Amino acid sequence: MLRNYLPIIMMMAVAALFGVVMGKINEFIGPKRPSEEKQSTYESGMEPIRTARERFSVKFYMVAMLFIVFDIEVVFLYPWAVSYKHLGVAGFATMFVFIAILLIGYFYVWKKGALEWD
Amino acid sequence: MTLESILFYILSAVAIASALLVVTRRSPVISALYLILNFFCLAGLYLTLHAQFIAVIQIIVYAGAIMVLFVFVIMLLNLGDERKLSEGMSYKKVIAVGLAAALLTELIYIIETSWIVLPASTVSQGTDIGTVEYIGLQLFTGYLFPFEVTSILLLVAIVGAIVLAKRKY
Amino acid sequence: MDLIEAFFKIVIVIGALITGAAVMVFLERKISAYIQNRIGPNRVGPRGWLQPIVDVVKLVMKEDIVPKSANRFIHDLAPILSISIALCTFAVIPFGNTIELFGRTVKLMIADVNIGMLYILALTSVGVYGITLAGWSSNSKYSLLGGLRSSAQLISYELSMGLSIIGVIMVAGTLRLDQVVVHQTRYLWGWLPAWNIFLQPVGFITFMVASFAETNRLPFDLPEAEPELVGGYHTEYSGMKFGLFFLSEYANMITSSALITTLFLGGWSIPFAENLALSPLTMSLLQVGSFVVKVFVVLMFYIVVRWTIPRFRYDQLMNLGWKVMLPLAIANILLTGGLLLALN
Repeated sequence: MLRNYLPIIMMMAVAALFGVVMGKINEFIGPKRPSEEKQSTYESGMEPIRTARERFSVKFYMVAMLFIVFDIEVVFLYPWAVSYKHLGVAGFATMFVFIAILLIGYFYVWKKGALEWD
Repeated sequence: MTLESILFYILSAVAIASALLVVTRRSPVISALYLILNFFCLAGLYLTLHAQFIAVIQIIVYAGAIMVLFVFVIMLLNLGDERKLSEGMSYKKVIAVGLAAALLTELIYIIETSWIVLPASTVSQGTDIGTVEYIGLQLFTGYLFPFEVTSILLLVAIVGAIVLAKRKY
Repeated sequence: MDLIEAFFKIVIVIGALITGAAVMVFLERKISAYIQNRIGPNRVGPRGWLQPIVDVVKLVMKEDIVPKSANRFIHDLAPILSISIALCTFAVIPFGNTIELFGRTVKLMIADVNIGMLYILALTSVGVYGITLAGWSSNSKYSLLGGLRSSAQLISYELSMGLSIIGVIMVAGTLRLDQVVVHQTRYLWGWLPAWNIFLQPVGFITFMVASFAETNRLPFDLPEAEPELVGGYHTEYSGMKFGLFFLSEYANMITSSALITTLFLGGWSIPFAENLALSPLTMSLLQVGSFVVKVFVVLMFYIVVRWTIPRFRYDQLMNLGWKVMLPLAIANILLTGGLLLALN
């Protein structure tokens, strides 16, 4: 079983090697003429005002939290889908209840306006 | 040495090293990155135990969903100068070190004295035990009730997320 | 011996992906030029075909500029992560059936694992980090906004992507991509190839839309919307580090086209070819050819869509993902479940 996964590990190694070589190549063969102007962050030609790492909208945080919950739901669907043909009507009913309960949550989120991006 | 044990030693070494780096790095983003590396090693360890589904779920859910939230939160909070956060010697640290030492002694004691004798491999050696097909059949026949309760747990999580993020409603 | 064989396949696939990505960049420039009534690159080599090579040489010779306020380690790491993940995803996609070479039967996929589809989804879910970290590490306002927008977009559409695959898994009853292809070599009513595009039309559309969003292509290229965000998450990148982001975008495009082909368009199968009585070797080669042609057609579709459709606004994008795609994909699962029960 584990042998089947060895090619994946090899592929990751080859891909990472390619990435590191290509990502570092400019440091070795590119010119090095740093200057104050060149190394400042881009801000439409103005002097950068403060740092970019300000606090940002809670919306993104919200999306990430909802994503986790629904992602776990999706994860449960995979084993169900694979063995669906063996589970028959009972399998369908099981998942129907599961999805129905989560849809309540989904419509709650919708009603609360958490999916609104304003 | 079998392939399993070679991979086991490599992966656990990297897992321990990355776990140590998680707690010792100063920048929270870098700590989060090492935690992701740690999750990948765990996934590899699950693979050596033939638990393919758990391995891939470890990456999808932990590395791909929960850690995204972690990284978001780290960015959202914008801790700024991390050095300000480091506390000096406080009573918390003393207690933590004490508890950790106690746990370590207990572990060593248990292993050395064989206080708990593990039953010799009660799990069947079949390679199909960790496959998605097997888990699907087991989960949706034998463990139906816990599965349905999970959906209520997830529902609570949804409501909780909304309450946290949308205080004003 | 198996590992040597795997190594050759890995080198061939990664080589093909990188070359393919370079050719795609050129084709994209050429096709966009024709769509906009321009000529496009035509100076280097015959009709400009050597342009990609010159582009790479140019990128490699550039200076690596890292802003002083950036986090150097993560700034270096982000493009490397992006490209590694983009290249690894192809590992479980079968690009042909089997082929007889030097007396060995070689399976034309790199890793034949039990959880093929989940492996792809796992790597897709980790793919968020390249862009997020690039945006954060640059310490530039445009990069950060681009990175954030992008990660929120990627995770939103990942859900629809995962959900639209479920229908295919239910029909095929397996997570192995080679089995999914074999499953599609049958015929419906004796004349229609049982491709999943016919069995799962809704799943096909939601998957297609989700892959457009996952590869950051127009109409979903908000992370790098030039009018608002300059270059998006790669504003502060130069040289080959920038090139790697570019390369991984196109490599991702190729992989997702290959995935669409495998899941919905019959993969390497050629309908009715078994009636032709071809030798096994010819057949194998033709199947690889059929796979490449199908992938190419999907890629052309990607390019044409990019140059004909305007960009979404960000709220429209999130609305589509959460309020249209998600319910649609769930409805598709229940519908598929009901139909499968009715048919058995």
